[in-house]
Amino acid sequence: MILKDLDLVVEASEIVAVRGPNGSGKTTLLRLISTLLAPTRGSAHILGVDAADRQAVLGCRHRIALVGHVPALWPELTLAENISVLPNLRPLGAGPIAEALKTVGLAKAADRRADRASLGMQRRVEFARIRLNLPDVLLLDEAHAGLDAGAAALVEDTARLVQSNGGSVIVVSHEVARMQGALSRVLDLVDGRLEAAS
Amino acid sequence: MSGLLWGAMSVIRKDLLAEGRAGEVLTVTIPFGALALLFFPLSINTDLAVIRQIGPGIFWAVVLLFGILVTLRATAADPPQCRDLLLLSGVEPASIFLGRTAAGTLLLLVFELVLAPVMVVFYSPEGIAGWPWLFVVAGLVAIGLAALGTLAATLSTGLPSRSAIAPLLVAPLAAPILLAATETTDLLRTGQGIIRWILLLVAMDLALIIAGMLVAGPLEESMQ
Repeated sequence: MILKDLDLVVEASEIVAVRGPNGSGKTTLLRLISTLLAPTRGSAHILGVDAADRQAVLGCRHRIALVGHVPALWPELTLAENISVLPNLRPLGAGPIAEALKTVGLAKAADRRADRASLGMQRRVEFARIRLNLPDVLLLDEAHAGLDAGAAALVEDTARLVQSNGGSVIVVSHEVARMQGALSRVLDLVDGRLEAAS
Repeated sequence: MSGLLWGAMSVIRKDLLAEGRAGEVLTVTIPFGALALLFFPLSINTDLAVIRQIGPGIFWAVVLLFGILVTLRATAADPPQCRDLLLLSGVEPASIFLGRTAAGTLLLLVFELVLAPVMVVFYSPEGIAGWPWLFVVAGLVAIGLAALGTLAATLSTGLPSRSAIAPLLVAPLAAPILLAATETTDLLRTGQGIIRWILLLVAMDLALIIAGMLVAGPLEESMQ
């Protein structure tokens, strides 16, 4: 059991950062909050839904976004197609998708295959997706990985956008200082427990 | 229900787009399948009587063996982080199963339709009476194999020896499909009734689809 006696409440419009050494359970924590993992002991309520009720979580998953440390893109599809294949974004049509790609600096790369795009470009596509459908819970795992200094501003900008829309953001990063100004709280994950950062 | 189908449509579109780019079915599997059909008559010394007798069996055996490859490759395409993305986009595991099965069915139909003329030329040059029924059989075989391949691929996802285990899971359950397809084609040539074999194919397809949809959720949970 990697997480124990862990108690965390995140309110709406909060941006919370979680720090911790490698293997401390940061990714497990985000996967629990995303509902992809069910707690083996204790309880978790996400968006008012009991995470142990696996049928009920299906109904709230579309309100949660998780940006993992490996970009979630299908390699054979273009960057634009990687957005348009998702059922919750497809009704938007090509115009808003092109606009979102432009916002994250990928206007000219929309037709590039994902496996021929750099890690930084793949990361930007993930932020374009989030901007098209602002989630109620945004989970960022090593959010700054693969982003250059300019593009790293996208992380903070997107987090603020979700916050202003009433959503909650939890950021796991070794580079918390890069978005210090936006954070409501910083927590340290130590020995499976969360503690307020000193 | 509409959410289930909408999610499945997204998976179909994604799988077909990926196959369109990779082109593995069109450029690799179909030519090899055609070669397999071509080599069998050569290996039995072009004895026409024997060739015509065993033709349907060889055709469906080739469809089965290469079809398993088609469906296993198609359903293995999703990296874990993309599976998570689909789930967090509101796509239910049952939708993913349905979508992959439907995409696999379309790919298998293309495979069968391209190979069918090769089979007729080499094994039944005089044609097959009641050949329109073959379209029905081809469709039912494609659905069954695609559902079976998707189920096996899902069951073996994440296992280190996945590529070895998945075909072993498929082979025993594919036997009734192969038997029904071969018998149907044989009976059509002799003008006999085929309805019981068609019913067997329909029953297999329904059983596989229902089983796949029921276990999709628990399997997805166990993979996390």
